[in-house]
Amino acid sequence: MDNQINKNNTILISPVTRIEGHAKITIQLSPDGSVADAQFHVNEFRGFEKFCEGRLFTEMPSITPRICGICPVSHSVASAKACEMIMGIKPTYTGNLLRRLIHIGQNISSHALSFFHLSSPDFLLGWDSDPATRNILGVAEKFPDLAVRGIRLRKFGQEISERITGKKIHIMGIVPGGMGFPLIEANRKALLAWVPEAIETTQKGLELIKKYHDDNKDMVNSFANFPTLYLGTVGSQGELELYDGKLRFIDTDGRILQDQLDPARYLEFIAERPIEWSYLKYPYYKPFGYEKGFYRVGPLARLNVAAKMKTPKAQKEFLNFKSMAGNKPVHGTFFFHYTRLIEMLQSIEEAEQILKDPLVTDKNVQTLGRWNNPEGIGCSEAPRGTLFHHYTTDETGKLLKVNLLIATGQNNPSMNRSVLEVAKQYVKGKDLTEGALNRVEAAIRCYDPCLSCSTHAIGSMPMVIEIKDHQGKTVNVIERG
Amino acid sequence: MAKIPVNIDGKAFEVEAGKTILEVCCDNGIEILTMCHLEGVGDVGACRLCLVEIEGINKLLPACTTKVAVNQVIKTNTERLKKYQKITTELFFAERNHICSVCVANNNCELQELGYKVGMDHVRFPYLFPKCETDTSHPWFVMDHNRCIMCTRCVRVCSEVEGAHNWGIMNRGFQVRIISDFDTPWGESITCTSCGKCVQACPTGALWPKAVVQGQLAKQPEMIAELVQKRKMNL
Repeated sequence: MDNQINKNNTILISPVTRIEGHAKITIQLSPDGSVADAQFHVNEFRGFEKFCEGRLFTEMPSITPRICGICPVSHSVASAKACEMIMGIKPTYTGNLLRRLIHIGQNISSHALSFFHLSSPDFLLGWDSDPATRNILGVAEKFPDLAVRGIRLRKFGQEISERITGKKIHIMGIVPGGMGFPLIEANRKALLAWVPEAIETTQKGLELIKKYHDDNKDMVNSFANFPTLYLGTVGSQGELELYDGKLRFIDTDGRILQDQLDPARYLEFIAERPIEWSYLKYPYYKPFGYEKGFYRVGPLARLNVAAKMKTPKAQKEFLNFKSMAGNKPVHGTFFFHYTRLIEMLQSIEEAEQILKDPLVTDKNVQTLGRWNNPEGIGCSEAPRGTLFHHYTTDETGKLLKVNLLIATGQNNPSMNRSVLEVAKQYVKGKDLTEGALNRVEAAIRCYDPCLSCSTHAIGSMPMVIEIKDHQGKTVNVIERG
Repeated sequence: MAKIPVNIDGKAFEVEAGKTILEVCCDNGIEILTMCHLEGVGDVGACRLCLVEIEGINKLLPACTTKVAVNQVIKTNTERLKKYQKITTELFFAERNHICSVCVANNNCELQELGYKVGMDHVRFPYLFPKCETDTSHPWFVMDHNRCIMCTRCVRVCSEVEGAHNWGIMNRGFQVRIISDFDTPWGESITCTSCGKCVQACPTGALWPKAVVQGQLAKQPEMIAELVQKRKMNL
């Protein structure tokens, strides 16, 4: 990190690191130097919704994965589902199974990346350790076995995509009506062989985070701990669901506000408000209004809303998680890491079940159809939370309007709140220590946000933190990038 | 047909008089890059990729529309030609909006293959980014002007093989566009027989069937020549 003080009393620190994309934080101080407010800005604009207008709707499952290099499958799945609603068709059994499997693969690779590559350096090397080595390479040096395991776990997730579609990242093959390609037997066997190692690595990650929880109870419990509503997808029995299912909203005490909600009705319950200081809008739970309707999505939210997990090993951890707050929602932002790992465990166990399904290699992978309805809404649980694609077309299938409600956008109000909470705890006055800066960044990193939806590049994600005094005058600027 | 002597790339050949340089080269296994050429329909020399050098003639001539002549000395593989082929390819990409990664023809596109073939790693000319329409009005097919390179293969196959004359050309220069009938939506055409030959003939993702998505497109432009041949033989 490069600290610098210029003539205007501006400190430049060169990179919010280990997050996706470009971001800026403004911290406003009270006259006594304590933190009064904080704002998390996303200062880039993509324009996907606009430039997709005019395209044929069936192109969307291959255009929208380009939004993100980490969660392209979630976009493709949500998009294909929206197309299926327009066509009025359902995917074939095997097509659905393969899509579910690829989606699981992406969840594994994204969660492994978030935990092992981006966040574990803080737990393993220390919050205040040398920032030059506080990354996956530093972890590889001191904990080579764990680093290699983390990297291989991510590889397993990506290999699921590759062995079905031929590509690791921007996959082709998720199509309206199912899948473009079947899974061949040799690839099924090869993927199945990965499962024991993947489960073992996830369990090592769980041991690591649980030990960290035990050793740092105060910090973990107090880290950006604030009540919000939660949104997640559940199955018909309330089990955690990532690919299909219905929506469930719960309140701050865990009471179910809406259950088994068809994602196609999302606009009845979610509204968005643009804010002047960020390109990310502020979504909220409509019935409670803008002030009281902030909700969170993602692993923490999903485990908070779920009644159970689908697989035995994950269920065991889930019960432990639920006991933490006496069956009430866990609000501590730090628990995103723990829930991410529990979710990953379910994903791997579920992948094994799918790979053992005799119909997974069936050739009947796609239902054919054509334009039948002007509107389509698709939903999937991206690694970072609930994702909606909403298309309106003319009678020829040309897109007139595209609305994409992205998980990170829904967490935006809460990320903002988390930054404020952590800043209040660790920032005193205009001078920021590197360790305090890292903790403010870590509050964002808990949500694993995908701001630019670009691929990770360690140490090169620029972040600016501005500290303003009570009169709004900038007294410190910290830049890393 | 009488045989005549020609020299191509330093080698002597006895070739049939009346054939084009492109035909002669194809007959003798000499590769010439083409884009607007399509077996089964007439050549128009539109794409300028098949330009060759002919001794004694200052300008470059398209192999597809130039006939062989006695003792002609032809060069198909010079640095000068390679330079022009690369420029031509780059200009194709710069003129409209070609985004291979999201195109339905990705990995099944003659333009994309051409880019690889000439070693295009970037485009040196400013992109025009024109605002182009996508005509989705036909019940089975789409015409996306963003991906059209004006090879006119669709126009020729429609008139010469199908005899429908649905496709035509409008405007000049970079404003040139393929049109259906008198520039009306394709779905409203009174001449189109919906035979789909234009879709098979199109070298890019400009014309494609609505039923397929990325990764599923499999065009068969060679079926046009086969069809023409079968008709000649009254099969």
